[in-house]
Amino acid sequence: MSFVMDAIDATVAITGMNATDNPAPGVPVARALRHDPSFQGRIVGLGYDALDPGFYAQGLVSSGAILPYPSAGREALRARLRWVREELGMDVLIPNLDSELRTMVALSPELELEGTHTFLPSLESIERASKVNLPKLADQADIDIPPSEALVSASSIPEAARRLGLPLVVKGVYYGATVAANEADATAAFHRFAAQWGLPVIVQSYIPGEEYNVAALGDGKGNLVGAVAMRKMMLTDKGKGWCGVAIDNPDLLRICEAVVGTLRWRGPLEVEILKNGRSGEYFVIEINPRFPAWIHLSAGAGLNLPLFAVRLALGLPLPSPLPRYRAGTLFVRISVDQISDLATFEQLAATGVLRPDPAFMEKVSHV
Amino acid sequence: MDHQQSRLPDLALSDSGFVFDPLTGHTFTVNLTGQFALRCLKDGMSSEETATRLGETFAIDDGEDAGRDVQDFVLQLRDCGLVR
Repeated sequence: MSFVMDAIDATVAITGMNATDNPAPGVPVARALRHDPSFQGRIVGLGYDALDPGFYAQGLVSSGAILPYPSAGREALRARLRWVREELGMDVLIPNLDSELRTMVALSPELELEGTHTFLPSLESIERASKVNLPKLADQADIDIPPSEALVSASSIPEAARRLGLPLVVKGVYYGATVAANEADATAAFHRFAAQWGLPVIVQSYIPGEEYNVAALGDGKGNLVGAVAMRKMMLTDKGKGWCGVAIDNPDLLRICEAVVGTLRWRGPLEVEILKNGRSGEYFVIEINPRFPAWIHLSAGAGLNLPLFAVRLALGLPLPSPLPRYRAGTLFVRISVDQISDLATFEQLAATGVLRPDPAFMEKVSHV
Repeated sequence: MDHQQSRLPDLALSDSGFVFDPLTGHTFTVNLTGQFALRCLKDGMSSEETATRLGETFAIDDGEDAGRDVQDFVLQLRDCGLVR
């Protein structure tokens, strides 16, 4: 079923061009936009490394730029984004990485004044959805989560293990999770995540069961704009979904609605939910304040959430009623060797910029 | 089997015997007789009616065998969480 929407001729900047075996969501967000023929605009890929694979995806990004790492601070990012807007264009900005999101949100009023629109949650909402604050949110939204504790010292692990039981799920404050069968493994994981992402490190009771994911878009007023639920069918050795299937599960959508409603979430998010294999109860294990890396599935299944996010950022109406997505739509990832040339790498490595190719629109592929 | 407690009507069943559960994303395959039985159960027939239809359609002489096979099949569906 196709819905005719007025064409979008805007320049959309998308961060997260990394697309390795632990891919960032930037490339799938860009592919979702290109998926819809109504998107006639340009995409500026924003990444952190000259070899981020999204820069080399032919027909996907019209231009690109390397951003300073979040550790360089807000001023450096502000200056770089201003440069990107002036040189490459940036009517809409979609940040896709947890680590950069807070700074992007803080900058969004200024970006708005300069003509760059965003559709992002408030800093308060992001904080309330963070792993550390999940127990409080669970009470407010009346949802279940596995018993969790935020630890700032590895010396707390034995006590936490006694309270929560073994095995423990150990999680970094931004990324990463591992199941630790004993205290020694949990301690090693604690140090690894603390070194990589800082403190605290979160430990949760391990609940055996099956994981489901819901990608969604909130309107900022407490309403769910749309959501797509998915079950991963195959995982990589890093636990990342390599293929999955869209499912139609009202329980998952209800949980997502409760989260979005309680937080008055504005913009994209992913809710990770575990179904206890024995009791059938659902537990929210994590909320990611951005689109997930499997978001292209939403476009493939007929509910193009990235496109809707762009439309909302630009103040454009959405189709009414929204289409229902097709349960049973699969994504199967593939690892592809992209052929490029030295000149492209040279531009990115030497200048940090991928200049627009005048013939780009002829190469655009609507995938 | 209490069909009020069953999710069988929601299952997508193809002619090849491939089954998709849209609630969980699980997939299954059933053979020809399983496919037949599943269609009967999806249509709301009882296990007994399903066994009778199975016996007639596949010329199973012993009605008890068909009944036992359907009961086993329903147990498997229960293990898969498709009926309670």
